[in-house]
Amino acid sequence: MSTHGEEDLLNTNYLKAGTGVKSWLLTLDHKRIGVMYLVSIIMAFFLGGVFALLLRLELLAPGRTIMTAAQYNRAFTLHGAIMVFLFIIPSIPAALGNFIIPVMLGAKDVAFPKLNLLSFYIYVIGTIFALFSIISGAVDTGWTFYTPYSTSTNSSVVSMTMAAFILGFSSILTGLNFMVTVHKLRAPGLHWRRLPLFIWGMYATSIIQVLATPVLAITLFLLAMARVFGLGIFDASLGGDPVLFQHFFWFYSHPAVYIMIVPGMAVVSELIATFSRRAIFGYFAIAMSSLGLALVGFLVWAHHMFTAGISEFAAMLFSALTFLVAIPSGVKVFNWTATLYKGSIWLTTPMLYAIAFLIQFTIGGLTGLFLGTLATDIHLHDTYFVVAHFHYVMMGSTVMAFLGGLLYWWPKIAGKMYDETIAKVSFALVFIGFNATFLVQFIMGSRGMPRRYYDYLPEFRPYHAFSTVGSWILGLGFIVYAYVLIKSLRSGPKAPPNPWGSAGFEWASESPPVLANFREVPTITRGPYDYHLTTDEELFDGFPEDAPKKA
Amino acid sequence: MSTASSTEHAAASHGHEHPKWLAHHFDSPAQQFDTAKLGMWIFICTEILMFGGLFVAYAIFRGQEPQMFHQAHEHLNWRLGAVNTIVLLFSSLTAALAVRQSQVGDRKGTSRYLVLTLLCAFGFLCIKYIEYTAKLDHGLLPGRCFGHPWFGDHCIGGGAAVLPAAVHGLSTRAHMFFAIYFMMTGLHGVHVLVGIGVLSWVLMRNMRGDFSKGYFTAVEIGALYWHLVDLVWIYLFPLLYLVG
Repeated sequence: MSTHGEEDLLNTNYLKAGTGVKSWLLTLDHKRIGVMYLVSIIMAFFLGGVFALLLRLELLAPGRTIMTAAQYNRAFTLHGAIMVFLFIIPSIPAALGNFIIPVMLGAKDVAFPKLNLLSFYIYVIGTIFALFSIISGAVDTGWTFYTPYSTSTNSSVVSMTMAAFILGFSSILTGLNFMVTVHKLRAPGLHWRRLPLFIWGMYATSIIQVLATPVLAITLFLLAMARVFGLGIFDASLGGDPVLFQHFFWFYSHPAVYIMIVPGMAVVSELIATFSRRAIFGYFAIAMSSLGLALVGFLVWAHHMFTAGISEFAAMLFSALTFLVAIPSGVKVFNWTATLYKGSIWLTTPMLYAIAFLIQFTIGGLTGLFLGTLATDIHLHDTYFVVAHFHYVMMGSTVMAFLGGLLYWWPKIAGKMYDETIAKVSFALVFIGFNATFLVQFIMGSRGMPRRYYDYLPEFRPYHAFSTVGSWILGLGFIVYAYVLIKSLRSGPKAPPNPWGSAGFEWASESPPVLANFREVPTITRGPYDYHLTTDEELFDGFPEDAPKKA
Repeated sequence: MSTASSTEHAAASHGHEHPKWLAHHFDSPAQQFDTAKLGMWIFICTEILMFGGLFVAYAIFRGQEPQMFHQAHEHLNWRLGAVNTIVLLFSSLTAALAVRQSQVGDRKGTSRYLVLTLLCAFGFLCIKYIEYTAKLDHGLLPGRCFGHPWFGDHCIGGGAAVLPAAVHGLSTRAHMFFAIYFMMTGLHGVHVLVGIGVLSWVLMRNMRGDFSKGYFTAVEIGALYWHLVDLVWIYLFPLLYLVG
């Protein structure tokens, strides 16, 4: 480097390298950008969560409970749009990924640090559009913006679609940045066969982000044009085709489901390997199944449209292709389970979240097969069965992985440990609350309770009431989780470099890492799960006393 | 993880001259150059997918109503379209030559070719302006504007579109052709504008003396982007102007 001062700065703890608001807002450091994303998405999650609790409260009893039908339509749209576009898509990639990927790779930063900061501000601008839409009357179309309703309703569709359009660009640029980083900035010795599975998962996610999101952009742009100029591409009365909107929308939004779940799988692969203290079973199979999901994810979009009037032949084809998704998903689940076998399992809170992921993803994944089957889908389409299915995948899997991953890397991010006991309490509440909320929704869905309905028949009342009580437990669990993080920030003990005794590369950095991540460029001489090649010094440096020793 | 040999590695990278333009997170100029280039290629994939949606819409609606497309396309001026094709192809050549000149360290030559490329870009937009004006005069804007020269009443805003039965001998449904025409060429036009911005920035940096034989990344990726703009037009011209 050019000067001594710079050298010193690069070797300073990233949290202390620069003070003041400006040093954060204008930072090019991927770790600080990751932290800013983390704060933003937690706020988005809170906002989306409040809408969710209000929805569940409204559904506590039939008829009006706390809001009107029109308000209810807006509330579920905002819950969906905020959770999808503002929280879950950027959650693991932009927040945890931004922080961890370069550290895992032994790189000093992502490939394009300025572009990274730009994607953050694009995200902020998109969020402002979304908030503007909420204030100026909100949207009542559902997060899917289906035409023709979205072109005729007088709620503020244009600003919300523009928000999603802008947020899409943030997502594309982040994905692009990560792809190039993985290709070009790996430390010496870190060849593709040694890449951590988190990196493989994020790489697969980035491919989807880069290839699918632009299609959403053009679709939403055409929708906005339809509203402003009456452009007829999606309007049947003008010679257009509203089903084309659905095709375009799901061409993005089905792969987007993999933008949401593959990062979750990526985190869980790390958690399970670390806390089983053994080499992950089927490393190559897990890595390739991430890419497999990225590929197959592009070929199944029309399974959202079996009842939209697509041809029987197309429906059969898409149904058959949908079953292919089960293969890479199954490969992962079996390999994770096999990793547990004969591992020395250490049940920390992150590991509990990983196990919850395994259970809930299996339920969410298998019920997906019911929906991919043509005959059952006709019965279950647009019922609470679908709601339960995707919440088991999105929330029961991705959010669990996010919560587990955040605690797992928390010592690296904050440089402090968290209170394991209270964290376990919050896990118990989240796990029980989540399953109480959504398991009953499978039952009422299969008995014909349609989704997005404001009112319902009295026979569904017990299920709805049960689900609502579950949502309160879940909400309480999140409050306790937030308390764990705040308590750690205020009074947590200082974290050692490798508190979990992991063989993962990111744990060779300091906690928290220096600005350049490592004082010297690391040379990688083994895989990230090669516990048989590690030294005790690597694993147990600063390791807490009560943890199980190497098997 | 061993750090034994990494000291050497760090020392080696420090031993080399470390030019000002080499960002701290790269080890070598070659790594930085390849990184930038790969980034631009991935961005180009994104752009192609974005246009891809419109190409699909084109294929579907042309497949549904080939005759309407044929009739409507006769209202486009293929001669102007052809001239624009030549202009853009030529500008791609000059952009490539600009890269070549910067590779051999010829700063003046690079500037010259960049200016030529920019002139072509402006020329393209001027011709596009003439074409668009004619469409607006004839009331061929799609949507609610169809049949109303320029922006007639009720052109923008809520409510269903009220379309006249026929415009210049075209059936009302021809507005679908113009919807696709304006979206595709409009999005392409936005890309030309962005390209002008990028190339002007590259030109400015070149005139300031930022580039040398060893460092011409921005010229290369700017030109790469410009080739994409050209590439998209190569498809738009026959599909829209030469519907047979």
